[in-house]
Amino acid sequence: MHGLSAVFEKEFRDHCGSRRFMILFALICLAGLSAVYVAAQSIRSDLSSDSSTEFVFLKLFTSSSGVLPPFLAFISFLGPLVGLALGFDAINSEKNSGTLSRLLSQPLFRDSVINGKFLAGLATIALMLASIMLVISGLGLKLIGVPPSLDEMVRLIAFLLITIVYVAFWMAVSILLSVLFRQAATSALAGMALWIFFAFFMPMIAGIIANVVVPMNADPDTLTLLRHENVSQMASRISPTTLFQEATVTVLTPGIRTLGPVLVRDVIGMIPSPLSVTQSLLVVWPHMVGLVALTLICFAASYTKFLREEIRA
Amino acid sequence: MGERAFTETTQTSKPGLALPVDETGAPLIVHTSDLTKAYGDFVAVDRLNFSVREGDIFGLLGPNGAGKTTTILMLLGLTEPTAGTMRVCGFNSTRDPLNVKRIVGYLPENVGFYEELTGRENLQYTARLNGIPAQEAERRIESSLAQVGMLEAADKKAGQFSRGMRQRLGIADVLLKNPRLVILDEPTLGLDPDGVNQLLDLIVRMSRQQKITVMLSSHQLHQVQQICDRVGIFVKGRMVAEGNIEELWKQTLKGRRLIIEVQAVPQGQQTVTALQGIEGVEAVERSGEMLLLSCNRDVRDKIAKAVGDAGAALLHLRLLEHGLEDIYFKYFREG
Ligand SMILES: Nc1ncnc2c1ncn2[C@@H]1O[C@H](COP(=O)(O)OP(=O)(O)OP(=O)(O)O)[C@@H](O)[C@H]1O
Ligand SMILES: [Mg+2]
Repeated sequence: MHGLSAVFEKEFRDHCGSRRFMILFALICLAGLSAVYVAAQSIRSDLSSDSSTEFVFLKLFTSSSGVLPPFLAFISFLGPLVGLALGFDAINSEKNSGTLSRLLSQPLFRDSVINGKFLAGLATIALMLASIMLVISGLGLKLIGVPPSLDEMVRLIAFLLITIVYVAFWMAVSILLSVLFRQAATSALAGMALWIFFAFFMPMIAGIIANVVVPMNADPDTLTLLRHENVSQMASRISPTTLFQEATVTVLTPGIRTLGPVLVRDVIGMIPSPLSVTQSLLVVWPHMVGLVALTLICFAASYTKFLREEIRA
Repeated sequence: MGERAFTETTQTSKPGLALPVDETGAPLIVHTSDLTKAYGDFVAVDRLNFSVREGDIFGLLGPNGAGKTTTILMLLGLTEPTAGTMRVCGFNSTRDPLNVKRIVGYLPENVGFYEELTGRENLQYTARLNGIPAQEAERRIESSLAQVGMLEAADKKAGQFSRGMRQRLGIADVLLKNPRLVILDEPTLGLDPDGVNQLLDLIVRMSRQQKITVMLSSHQLHQVQQICDRVGIFVKGRMVAEGNIEELWKQTLKGRRLIIEVQAVPQGQQTVTALQGIEGVEAVERSGEMLLLSCNRDVRDKIAKAVGDAGAALLHLRLLEHGLEDIYFKYFREG
């Protein structure tokens, strides 16, 4: 056990003192502060005209005036970058600098090395995101003058947790890549490629899959349309980016009732009331499970490669 | 100092740890049987059988690519053997690598340190990984840094260390866990002659004062021959000879001629005749200022007397074929 805690301690200290961490922290802080500032401006002008302050605090994170994307969009773009940056050279840099054979000749299990590094990264991510959330919430509070309700606070904490899990997933990916590729530059590049693939190409590929599974003619009936839409959504949920976006939007926008397509038949008679926190959390629960499962898959792959690998200096 | 370290070493050894013994009853800290490692079709280590006695300095000698590093990696459980078994300090390295790593120090071929940490911080990390309590760790770090002469340099960033300093810090790192066995892979590689001598001194001191068994690999024979009690000669994955240097030398010289270089004044016909008269000398030739004697055995002890009897004074006497180099080349050519 002392092996794991020693690795954790060292890696955590390394992360916190590293330039990489400073840069990422500054970048996200900047993005967060400016996004919230812009959002607060537009919220203030709305508030004066319309008296409803329901969920106004959440709007700080989700609404935008068109000048800058909302914080939510920034995070879903920058989050993977943070995860990749914290892990892309976890194992291979130690291989290349000859410290890995010294490390592994100490009495600790090999998985402790991976676990220690992952946990240290996780702690770093949590620390980074939590403090950024605090800072920008503080700014938001000062700007709009409306404190968050309990409901909103729970939603924000849920949002924070989902984001931590999402960033941790990308870190698990990058640790896996650092086990697979000998050069840190290669693993960084591979990580970026995956990120771009999931962010930009996955929706298109989901559409293609849906077209193959449910071919659409010129004038598709409702059932076909519905099935097509379902298949497309399911396919895109393979992508962690989709899981994250759906989950965070649901949590931060109480008005969203369901993530799938909705028929007019269903909407008739629907009461346009926001979902309660528990209901929102229930909707995103499968997404969380999905993200954690994807993280575990990365771990399993890293173990398989690393635990029996021969380490030459 | 040495005494204290010794008692600690025996204390840390685990109970119930029975070492295998050789025919003379000496405990064997490393013992392999038919140890084999194949990479695909290529056999890097081929049915290796050898042992290291506790307390010895054992030299694993062989040319590049002989399989020295591969053998060491298997001994430490850093790679799995294809076949065969081994015991290190009584433990099976494949099934029980953690216990082996607890009491075996390993200095890899190209030892690396975390460059952004100081030398001392690097050692502190090793101490924590070994579960050494903080206070005890400080004490051990201090004493091992002192032993390798790195006390002043220890607070510099490891990235600034020279090769020699890294190597010495590596030894300090290895000493931290009070090892019972230390395995050094090419410890003298890339060091200047002074550095080599210092390092070898350090190894001898470590072995003699703290009673640590040392196993080192090298392809630089004359360096290693000074300090090894026993050597194993390793060529193309096979151990071609094992024993102490004297024995190996005698074996090698069996049936071969020796050349002895002699210089005497005066170096006239009388001296030459006297030298030819020594039993075992087959021919005497002149080569520049020197006389070269071909003999069928080592007759150096008789030469001084013969030269003196001939009324001359001996200036120079040297065995041209000497030591391990010979043994080494014999096996290399034949192996
Ligand atoms: N992963 C591998 N795949 C295939 N062959 C390998 C692998 N690792 C090592 N070898 C081969 O095994 C042989 C033994 O290598 P090893 O590193 O043990 O030699 P060595 O005696 O330590 O040499 P050196 O003095 O150069 O360090 C070499 O011929 C090498 O090419
Ligand atoms: Mg080697």
